[in-house]
Amino acid sequence: MMSFNALMFIALGYVVLLFTIAFMAERRAANGHSNWLTSPWIYTLSLSIYCTGWTFYGAVGYAARSGLEFVTIYLGPTLVMVGWWWVLRRLVRIGRAQRITSIADLVSSRFGKSTQLGVIVTVISVIAAMPYIALQLQSVTLSFAVFAQTEGVDWAQNDFNFTALWVAVGLAVFTVIFGTRNLDANERHHGVVIAIAVEAVVKLCALVAVGIFVVWGIAGGPSEMLTRIDQSDIVLWNQESGRWISLIFLSGAAFLCLPRMFQVLVIENADERHLHIASWAFPLYLFMMSLFVVPIAVIGLELMPAGSNPDLFVLTVPLSEGRGGLAVLSFLGGFSSATSMVIVATIALATMVSNHMVVPFWLYLQGSQQAVISGDVRHVILLSRRLSVAGILLLGFVYYRISGGGTALAAIGLISFTGSVQILPAMIGGIFWRGATGVGAAAGLITGLVIWMWTLFLPSFGVDAVISQTVMDQGPYGLSWLRPQALFGTNGLDPLVHGIIWSMLLNTSAFILFSLVTFPAPLERLQGAQFVNVFDHSTAAPAWTGAATGAEDLLIMSQRILGGPEAQAIFEAEALRQGKVGYLPEVTSDFIERLERDLAGSVGAATAHAMIGQLIGGSSVSVEDLIAVADEAAQILEYSNRLEAKSKEQERTARALRAANDKLTALSIQKDSFLSQISHELRTPMTSIRSFSDILRDGVTSDAEHEKYAGIIYDEAVRLTRLLDDLLDLSVLENGQVELRDQTGRLSDLLDRAVRAAGLHEGSLKISRDRASEDVTLTTDMDRLGQVFINLIANAQKYCDAKAPHLTIKVTQDDAAYLVDFIDNGSGIAPDKQELIFEKFSRVADGSKAGGAGLGLAICREIMQRLGGEVHYLPQNCGAAFRVWLPKVKTMVALEET
Amino acid sequence: MSQRPKPPVFLQKASYRQRRVRDAAKLVPVLGAVLWAMPLAWQDDAQGATTNASALVYIFGVWIALIALTAVLSGLMRSIPQQDHKETSDE
Repeated sequence: MMSFNALMFIALGYVVLLFTIAFMAERRAANGHSNWLTSPWIYTLSLSIYCTGWTFYGAVGYAARSGLEFVTIYLGPTLVMVGWWWVLRRLVRIGRAQRITSIADLVSSRFGKSTQLGVIVTVISVIAAMPYIALQLQSVTLSFAVFAQTEGVDWAQNDFNFTALWVAVGLAVFTVIFGTRNLDANERHHGVVIAIAVEAVVKLCALVAVGIFVVWGIAGGPSEMLTRIDQSDIVLWNQESGRWISLIFLSGAAFLCLPRMFQVLVIENADERHLHIASWAFPLYLFMMSLFVVPIAVIGLELMPAGSNPDLFVLTVPLSEGRGGLAVLSFLGGFSSATSMVIVATIALATMVSNHMVVPFWLYLQGSQQAVISGDVRHVILLSRRLSVAGILLLGFVYYRISGGGTALAAIGLISFTGSVQILPAMIGGIFWRGATGVGAAAGLITGLVIWMWTLFLPSFGVDAVISQTVMDQGPYGLSWLRPQALFGTNGLDPLVHGIIWSMLLNTSAFILFSLVTFPAPLERLQGAQFVNVFDHSTAAPAWTGAATGAEDLLIMSQRILGGPEAQAIFEAEALRQGKVGYLPEVTSDFIERLERDLAGSVGAATAHAMIGQLIGGSSVSVEDLIAVADEAAQILEYSNRLEAKSKEQERTARALRAANDKLTALSIQKDSFLSQISHELRTPMTSIRSFSDILRDGVTSDAEHEKYAGIIYDEAVRLTRLLDDLLDLSVLENGQVELRDQTGRLSDLLDRAVRAAGLHEGSLKISRDRASEDVTLTTDMDRLGQVFINLIANAQKYCDAKAPHLTIKVTQDDAAYLVDFIDNGSGIAPDKQELIFEKFSRVADGSKAGGAGLGLAICREIMQRLGGEVHYLPQNCGAAFRVWLPKVKTMVALEET
Repeated sequence: MSQRPKPPVFLQKASYRQRRVRDAAKLVPVLGAVLWAMPLAWQDDAQGATTNASALVYIFGVWIALIALTAVLSGLMRSIPQQDHKETSDE
């Protein structure tokens, strides 16, 4: 049989072994061989601090008392792990992007780097952790006592206290040595992590070994074991649904909210991809840890004398069977469970206490006096962390002494869980809901804390310890609706379920309600966007504008926090990045932001923000900045939209320019052809005038010739004059300078005059008219209209190629206009020329025959437009036909233009 | 012009698979919660009361099945090459 001294010796040896492993791991990491230290398996094993001494010993006792309910404590975390895609992935990403140091830092950072929230979360966590640490001390002490008992020594209360104290001291030393070595919580504690991994393997092996011994060694195989389970007195399945569901929820939530779990899950996570493995490997670990719990409980109840503590079956069953070695292994397992949990929990809590309570307070005391000793803040932080470790363990020990260590392990553990879970609404709300505000979070946290203290924590000290029996039965001051275990008269609930439901319900309600009615500060909104949309943009908030500080000041401050060499290294690297030589980079807002995050890794976001704020002069983010930067995407989109609009506008302008250019080119061509036409038209008569006047000057032979030549010169001069008249006329018409004089007259008179003025040679062109239809009175510029008629009649005379030319003038009218058609019996105008005849200088036949300049129809068209009418060519079966269209009432346009 | 590239409507087969694997992974905890809540409806009736052994086997059976399912899914997630490097919030 194992002697108690030998056990002490083995325990000490085990501790020395852990120290050695931790030292070696630290050294390897320092030399850069940290590959295997950051493997997903080590990560998974480090999560096993969830299985504490409570789990190791208490689960069997729990199973012996309440059947399968013990398993809920593992089912919750299993659901969280297999559902890692929902919450864990987000938490890990946020932790990395924002350089989160603890769960208090997460909440504080999310709600605008608020110091107050950090303090609240820290207080909740410390209070909630106290019973738990006490529990670990208790389980280790009890296990020692079991071995002492086998030697026939029954421990008195003093022995328990003495052992518990020494266990606490030993744990404090280990934690201080390995847990507060590095300041940067983002740098992983390799020594601690590897020690925890080893302990995780030890406790799993121990429990599985005892389980195998029980199933195969005592029961005789799995099927026999199942038979025994069926026959045992334990009722495994007797669940009331409230407790079953509440406990699964509670354990799952606690898995996320416990400071130590947050530490290993998020902060010690080296690589997001480790979650892939851990998502199933850790549930498997939990499965293995709980697989043999029921068999051990059943066999323990069978073998052990009535009244023995089922919490210790893991130890006492092997001992009673004379398996000393197995019992020692199991003792080491329990020892490992307790110590690893305490170590990580104290590291996490000490970080929170130092970053969120001690340092802000110290900085506040320092006030404006600038103590500029390099590394002074660093010393304060390290010292405060070490003292916090000791203080937290001391608190645990005090709780252990007060509570007397008599209560069942599981009950205390669940109360502690419920306390931690009060952080859940603020945390989950913070990472999924942008509308969550700091005030809401604080309200929820405080409400939850108060309800938890009243309904669970204070009653847990035992009847009459803190809350008297009268208050329990009748409520404070006789207010029965405030009874700790029957709030608002809900006395039908299990006390634990009652506490969970009321604290979570009121906590969440206060959180949501206050978030809805308050308005967040700019920095809070910025951080909210960063947290909720962490997968969209993982850059930190550009929280500083217009850096009005020197690089020296920043360097001095960083040295205070990080120590000389580290701070200088950061500044040198930044200077190098900016392409400068030396220690002092440009103070850009980018650099400040990076520096703040580096500092946040050491002292937490709130403190880092406050310290930088002191230097920068508080020129933190303003609402305008917030609006400007909060949604960069929108900005970029807007910019691109503007570009697009501009480019569209440019395209439009280009199109307009092209059109204008085309028009100008066409006009230029038109002008050129006009000039060449004009010069041609002027030149022909000029040539004949010059040559005939030449002949006349040289002396002419006969009078007849003389007369003939003078006649030609006269005709050509007339033609020239007419051409120039026409040109002048057309130019006046086109420029709109013509003045129209309205007269009233009869159409038939006008036509008579026109026919006469056309100067028809006798018999050359027959004209047929219908006098009756022509008997209408017109009010228009009669002279101009007559000019049009003359032109048209003259045209018919010139161009009609029929043997007996004949022109029909037909007058009709409709509702709006008079129509005067001039139809001859010639061959008409070819369809492809019909478009052109109204253009200047266009002549269908060759010019010699007509003798005109080709301006007649152009003038007609211009005149008709001025008069508000039209003239166009009527396609006919035979002969050319022109229609003059004259409105009965002058249109407004025509009036205005005249 | 320089508008943000819209996410494609149709994904390549590999990334489509990847997304469905993620969907499945998201649903595993729901499945677990439902399966573990089921025993609450068990009634001790006249013939066969819920035996200790059957309850034990059921709870642990669901457990190991969930672990296996998660292991398979996370294995699939890693073996399928990540098409979209930029991790999005993937809805």
